[in-house]
Amino acid sequence: MADTHNATNGEIQKPNTKIIWKTFWILLALTALEFVIAFILPPSMFKVGLFIFLTIVKAFYIVAEFMHLGHEVKFLVWCIILPMIFVAWFILAMMMEGGSVFDLRI
Amino acid sequence: MATVATEDEKKKGIDWGGGNRPLGGVRYGKLMMWFFLLSDAFTFSALLISYGMIRFSHEAYNPNDSYYIEVTEGGYGINKDQHGPDNVIELTKRGDSTFTVTQKEFESRYDKRLQLAKDKLAQAKTEEEKEKIEMPKKGENYYSSQRYWPIPEKVFDAIPFFHGLKAPLVFVGIMTFILIMSSVTMVLAVEAGHRGDQADVEKWMLWTILGGFAFLGSQAWEWTHFIVGTDYGGALRVMGDGRNLGETIYGAGLAENQYGPVTFANLFFFITGFHGTHVLSGVIINIIIFYNASMGIYARKNDYEMVEKVGLYWHFVDLVWVFVFTFFYLV
Repeated sequence: MADTHNATNGEIQKPNTKIIWKTFWILLALTALEFVIAFILPPSMFKVGLFIFLTIVKAFYIVAEFMHLGHEVKFLVWCIILPMIFVAWFILAMMMEGGSVFDLRI
Repeated sequence: MATVATEDEKKKGIDWGGGNRPLGGVRYGKLMMWFFLLSDAFTFSALLISYGMIRFSHEAYNPNDSYYIEVTEGGYGINKDQHGPDNVIELTKRGDSTFTVTQKEFESRYDKRLQLAKDKLAQAKTEEEKEKIEMPKKGENYYSSQRYWPIPEKVFDAIPFFHGLKAPLVFVGIMTFILIMSSVTMVLAVEAGHRGDQADVEKWMLWTILGGFAFLGSQAWEWTHFIVGTDYGGALRVMGDGRNLGETIYGAGLAENQYGPVTFANLFFFITGFHGTHVLSGVIINIIIFYNASMGIYARKNDYEMVEKVGLYWHFVDLVWVFVFTFFYLV
């Protein structure tokens, strides 16, 4: 809830930021992992898939914790998640289309 | 979960009969921000999807393959000075045609050259002779051409103030770190807003604004370096005198670029430019909200939800960058 929680005597509470920093370290670790993968693995569809999977995991943490969606009303969560699942399929489909264009190109 | 409008909201006349917390508890301001972000996500997804499709419709360079190439008088062209004096473009002839070499052949040729240099070194007697013998430089089995989609870590390998140093993807990693850090400081500002701590809100908003400006500055440098090009340039085939001629071009524009096909630069400018515009507007909005917070407007209402709504926009900008970074620089 967005209402400000002041203690009854009007004093400001101490910051409660453990989860925020924990999420930050997770994001940093995932990005570092992506960098390592970028330089170690040879180019392949598996590498691409791995990148996309890790990026979706990062997106999950940013949306759920930083944007607080994980703590919102469930209906709103689905309003956001469902269209993005369709978008994910769209990405996959158009990458396959691109490959087909390449194969058919003279 | 109150569905009854507060006194303030009733005064403003936005009690629409359904209270003002639809969906069982989300306030209209936040809800509308979420739906705006969803629509913006569609726009960015459309751009990234087009990028994916165009990229996969081009050939990708594989150093383990051997490619037919026309070297004399242009063709798709190989700029022999590519990547500076460290690189030695290896070519092999089969009949009348010239081909690039596979990675294995590249390695074996370098090993032979190295062995020759070592033998000469062993035979040299005086110090003078030893110094005259040059150790062969290895370089890499890669060249940029209009035919192949560029490999991002070979294109984005520069850092400001270090001209000539090859540091693949380091600078973009720094940019990603800056943006994620500014997202963290934004969350801390929102959290301070929940506690009603005006001083902390101001502090964390300032850090977020600083991070935003740092990102914009870095992106401006990246664009400049991309447009100006590298020392070695790229090769382009042009028609002239009824023949194919070669030409070395430098930098990237909308009509031609040294790194690869034209669409690579086009998409780079459009997608990162669109994202950069969002960052700029986000920074401006953050400045306005910071000003409001420091004037005590939210403290008076005891309601820092505006900081949260603006925080959503800033996190969205960061989220889009995470995807742009993956699709452009890693895939």
